[in-house]
Parts: sequence; structure tokens; C-alpha cells
Amino acid sequence: MAKKKTVVPFNGTKEQEVQLAAVIEKYKDVQGALMPVLQEAQQIYGYLPIEVQIMIAEGLGVSLSEVYGVVTFYAQFSLNPKGQYPISVCMGTACYVKGSQAILDRIQRKLGIEVGGVTPDGRFSLDATRCIGACGLAPVFTIGDDVYGKLTPEEAEAVLAKYE
Amino acid sequence: MELYRAHVLICGGTGCTSSGSAKLIEAMERELKNNGLEHEVKVVKTGCFGLCALGPVMIVYPEGCFYSHITEEDIPEIVSEHLVKGRIVTRLLYQETVHPEDNTIRSLNHTKFYEKQMRVALRNCGVINPENIEEYIAVDGYEALGRVLTQMTPEETIDVVSRSGLRGRGGAGFPTGKKWSFAAASPGPVKYVCCNADEGDPGAFMDRSVLEGDPHAVIEAMAIAGYAIGAHQGYIYVRAEYPIAIHRLEIAIKQAREYGFLGKNIFDSGFDFDIELRFGAGAFVCGEETALMTSIEGHRGEPRVRPPFPAVKGLFGKPTVLNNVETYANIPQIFVKGPEWFASIGTEKSHGTKVFALVGKITNTGLVEIPMGTTLREIIEDIGGGIPNGKKFKAAQTGGPSGGCIPASLIDTPIDYDNLIAIGSMMGSGGLIVMDEDTCMVDIAKFFLEFTVDESCGKCTACRVGTRRLLEMLEKITSGNATMDDLAEMEELCYYIKENSLCGLGQTAPNPVLSTLRYFRDEYEAHIKEKRCPAGVCKKLIGYEIIADNCKGCTACARVCPVGAISGEVKKPHSIDKTKCIKCGACIEKCKFSAIVKK
Repeated sequence: MAKKKTVVPFNGTKEQEVQLAAVIEKYKDVQGALMPVLQEAQQIYGYLPIEVQIMIAEGLGVSLSEVYGVVTFYAQFSLNPKGQYPISVCMGTACYVKGSQAILDRIQRKLGIEVGGVTPDGRFSLDATRCIGACGLAPVFTIGDDVYGKLTPEEAEAVLAKYE
Repeated sequence: MELYRAHVLICGGTGCTSSGSAKLIEAMERELKNNGLEHEVKVVKTGCFGLCALGPVMIVYPEGCFYSHITEEDIPEIVSEHLVKGRIVTRLLYQETVHPEDNTIRSLNHTKFYEKQMRVALRNCGVINPENIEEYIAVDGYEALGRVLTQMTPEETIDVVSRSGLRGRGGAGFPTGKKWSFAAASPGPVKYVCCNADEGDPGAFMDRSVLEGDPHAVIEAMAIAGYAIGAHQGYIYVRAEYPIAIHRLEIAIKQAREYGFLGKNIFDSGFDFDIELRFGAGAFVCGEETALMTSIEGHRGEPRVRPPFPAVKGLFGKPTVLNNVETYANIPQIFVKGPEWFASIGTEKSHGTKVFALVGKITNTGLVEIPMGTTLREIIEDIGGGIPNGKKFKAAQTGGPSGGCIPASLIDTPIDYDNLIAIGSMMGSGGLIVMDEDTCMVDIAKFFLEFTVDESCGKCTACRVGTRRLLEMLEKITSGNATMDDLAEMEELCYYIKENSLCGLGQTAPNPVLSTLRYFRDEYEAHIKEKRCPAGVCKKLIGYEIIADNCKGCTACARVCPVGAISGEVKKPHSIDKTKCIKCGACIEKCKFSAIVKK
């Protein structure tokens, strides 16, 4: 999946840096450490800007290109922070045959952003995700930890209003 | 040990959790406490029951009442009526469980949904509390591991698996016993056992349900595999998108260590084995065995050339056995009940059962486990309860982006590995997506191609460039710009990609196109020759029109249209400006007079 370059300036805190150093220390001698370190780093910072990738590359003694290669390979790693309310529309097959494309279209139009984007005020970000496994509720989308299922595009748009 | 007079089993699988079962459990515990029943009635959070369409669901024992679609408001009534006074709350019962004549309650196993099922891999899902190892032990848990370690040699262990005829449930159907014997024959002190829980098929959740409902079965089976091949370390590679499964695996591994089923000197046999979790990060290709291992090693999850096969040179360059979650879930039962029992289930060449995630245009969406050889008709009509809204069954898709579509004319095909391959699909990991007449088969092929283009790792040209070109051709067809020559060229490209790709992802990527071409060529031709989408899905080939006679001029459509394409005076027929219309369908949804049609 193509990734958008980081657009938000980095402003990590000292505290986050200490946490990251502890994670790197924990995994230093583990075989195949890079993935778990990146996963925990993303939990600390919310995303993986180049500054964080440099710290990880230096800490684990691997090249930055290796780190960047892994970050851009996996869909879970993000070069940009998510919105305050991250929206994920399920595009698994079950949801797709039940009309999730129309829901995605509607939300894109409503928020004026594309998949992978964030609203200028940082409130909403939008992703199209793979099956989240709630196929019984298809079509499904999530906002943060809240799950919404069996909705028409119109009802989906109405849900957004709850978060505005 | 406390004895309870009643048990309330509430589904804590992802489907029911998404529809609010966690809150129900809290409410139930609170309400029981308010009534002073917390030492009389036990609340158990189980794995998936399978009937996700009815969620959230619960069963109250000893009566075995199956309540469906429960809300938080129903809880006080269930407690005060059922658990205090012993009166069943009939309005919440799943109607299928009520006997039509005498209104008595039937076991869930006698409903149409469960009657034709046979639960081996899912036997504990929805029955035990997956976060409590003692409940697993109570249902013969870790008995197989104990028997293997104390009474059998590694060779005998592999022999049992071979004799059962178990084949890999990840999709390809390779005999599990053979895989283990190859890894056992590879020399070396360090070997690995891996579990593929990177269930990436869109619309499939079999493995997740096993991990959520019965994590110990997988752990036990991996330890058995470790003993059989001479490995002491296992890895479970699980999708990061499955937080509940991860949480329960973490608990299960911790408990197994505490009870001595993992760690040093298991069952005093001198055998050491432990398991670590590794999280996938959202790359479909990592379901391919060599890519999965590359990912555990901490790299981009790109596949490697085989041979050497993982049994010879796998994870970190060492001999490795990699099986899928469902394959492992069958193993303990094979040892407890015997390989002959397992081999007696199913068809001649496909033994045992298969779990399917039955989703799409089907009444009983959920998780089903059937003996091999069950027909598609039995799955869809009996277990699945048919197609909702009076629509006609058109096709079922199995095998996800690597599989194909089974048309209505082949609905009586007995499902097993070889039959599905013969009709141009494949077993796959178990997604079974039902489609009705409103589904456009060209659009579905395009949907899967979009998926593979996104997920192609880019290592080999045939897949990286080939799938992209294939998608462009499909887009040309769905937008009405293709010729019959394009169709011939597209077929040729399909075979080129299949023959030249490095791994399973590319080799199977054209399958959705080839199988829809085989059974629904007329739909492709309608798109090309008549510039028409028979199912009315492909946006570029449809248009919306207002039937003047039906239109009451209520203005509902004009108000909902996001681009202002609909105009007209109040109480007079409206019209749609086709140059402005973006074909979003909002108007058709809103119209109460069936005055808007898709053409």
C-alpha cells in the first residue's frame, strides 16, 4: 500500500524518548527484534516519523534503510499520526458485498478527505481496513474502539455527527 | 471449589463483543450481585458460539436456554424472571430452539444451524472459558500431550498424525504428517514450530475464533509438534488486528507455563518447549509460509524461493514446521480419540471437518464446522437458512483472493479439497462468501484484484506488474471501454501470471478472474458488447432515472442529493441531471414511492 509522507512536524518529548530507549534495551538481544520494537514505538508516539526510525536504527544497530523498508511494507505502521477519532471502514469481502464501498464514499465526501488522510483540524482520520472479523454485522466501520454495523450510508453519516 | 446452580455463558468472541457483549457481562455480574446470587450463578465469558448473526448471544444452563439479540435492558428481566423465579424469558429465546408443537425448549444442537455441523476444531468454542486452563483440562485438555510425551516416540507421534489423514487447513491441503516427517528427518539441534495465525483472507475469521475460544488446543498441538520433530521453541504469528485473540493467547501461554505444560521438563519427560507470540502488521503476503518466517525474522515480509522448503531451511535458516491454527486445533482430538476415528469422518481423500466463515448474503451469518463432503446446498440452505430478502442464490466464493466462485449450477458439489480444485476454486482457509443476484461477478473479480495489487510485495515482476495490468483490464471492462480482444488478452495474462509468479499469492491471484470467466462469461460479454452491468453495480455503466408517473414531488431526493443533480418543483415530478449525478444511490435509498430506478 502506498504511504503518504510525514506531513506533521515531529515533537516528541523526553519522556517518550526514555520509553523508547527502554523498549530497544528490552529487545536488543532478541532474534527478529525490529518488528516488535516498531510496534511498541508506534504505541508510544502514535506514529513512526523519520526521527523515531533513526533512533530505532541506531539503537538496534541496523541501517535506516532497513527500518524504513519495514515501516513502509506493513499496513499497520503509519508515517502520519491518526486523528483524534480514527475511522476505519471495513473493506473485507463480506462487508464489500453488503455495500461498504458506498459507506466509504459517503464518509470521504462528508469529511472531504481521502483514505489515509486526516481532517485539517486533526479530529478525524480515515482508513479502509481489511476484515475486522465482525462479518455478522456487515457492513461495519469503527471509530476508535466503537463498532458500528448494519448501517446505510445515510445512517453512517449520522453517526459521525455524534463525534463533532 | 464453589458449586453453582446455574451457569450463564455469554459469547465474548469478536462478533458479539462488537455488538456489545462485554457490557452485558458487566451488567449481568452487577445484577446478580444486587440480587445476592453471585455465589449461586456463574457468569462465563466464552469464545464464539458460531451464530454471529444473532449476537450478542447467551446460554443459560441447566435449562440450555439460548437467548439472542440481548440488550443491556434485558439483563434485569433475565435475572429476576429466569434466575430468581425460574421462568424462562420466552420473548428473547431463539425461535428455532422452541419446539413448534409443545413449546418445550430444544437443544441448540437440534436447530437447523447446528444439526448438520460437527465440531472438532471448534468443539470448545462457546463451551468453556478460554481464560481458564482448568476448564480446558476438564474437557481432556493436555491429555494428548501427556500421552505423547510419556508413552510415545517421536516417530509414533508422526505416524498417528499421518494415519489420521489430516491435511493442512490453511488452504493448500498438504498432508500434515508428511510435513512433520520431513522436518523430523532434517538434521540439527535447533528447529522451530510455527503457527500461522495471520488470517488475512478478507471475510474469514475461523482462526480468530479458535484462538479466542480455545487457545490451549493450539498450544498443546504445537508442543506435540515440537516433540515430534525435535524442536524446543515455537512462535505464533498472529494478526495485530486481533486484540482479543492476542490477549487470550497471552493468558493461555502464561497459565500453561504455570501448570508445567510449557517450559522445562514437561510431564517429567525431559522435553523442553516454549512459545513466543509475534504480531503481524497487516501484510496479506505474510500468510505465505516463507514470507511469514521472513517477517518473524524482522524483515519486510517477502517470500523466498522454494526449495529449500521450510522443513529443511526455514525460520532463522533452521528446519521448521509451520501449520495453520485450525490444523493445530484438530491435533489433540486425533490423539485423544484415535487417528481411525478422525479418518472415518469426511470423504475418501479429505478427512475430518472444515470450519467455514459463512458470510455475505446469507441469513445465518456465522461460523460453521462441517464434515468434509457436505454439499454447498446443505451449507447454504439448511445451515445458513438461505438467502435473505427473497433473492436468488448466484454464487459462493471460497478461498478468498486465491480462490474462485462456485455457481448455482454446482450447488450440489460435496465440499472437499479435490472437488473444489476440480471446479476451479479452492478450499482456502475457509471464507465462504455467499452472493445473490445483486452481485456483479466482474466487480467481484475486480475487488479481489484490487486486493492483490495492494498486497503484492513487489519482489517478482509477474505478480507486481502482472496483477496491476490485469486490474487495469478489468477496469476497462467495468467502465464499458473494452473490446472482445481485451478479454482474450486478459485470459492469456492470467495464465502468464500463474506460471511465472514466485509465491502462492501471485500464482493464485488470477483465480477470481479465471473462475468468474468460466462460469459467468456472459456477464463479461454484457459489459463489453452491450455496455451494460446486468447486476446494476458498475457505476460507469448505470444511470439513475426518475419515473415521472411514480414521483409525487416530495423533494426528499433533491434534498439528499450531495451534488444538487436533482431538480423539480414541489408536488411535480423531478428529474436527474445525468451530467452532475455521481451515482451514489442516496436518492434511491430515500425515495418512498419507488420512483427512482437504476438503468
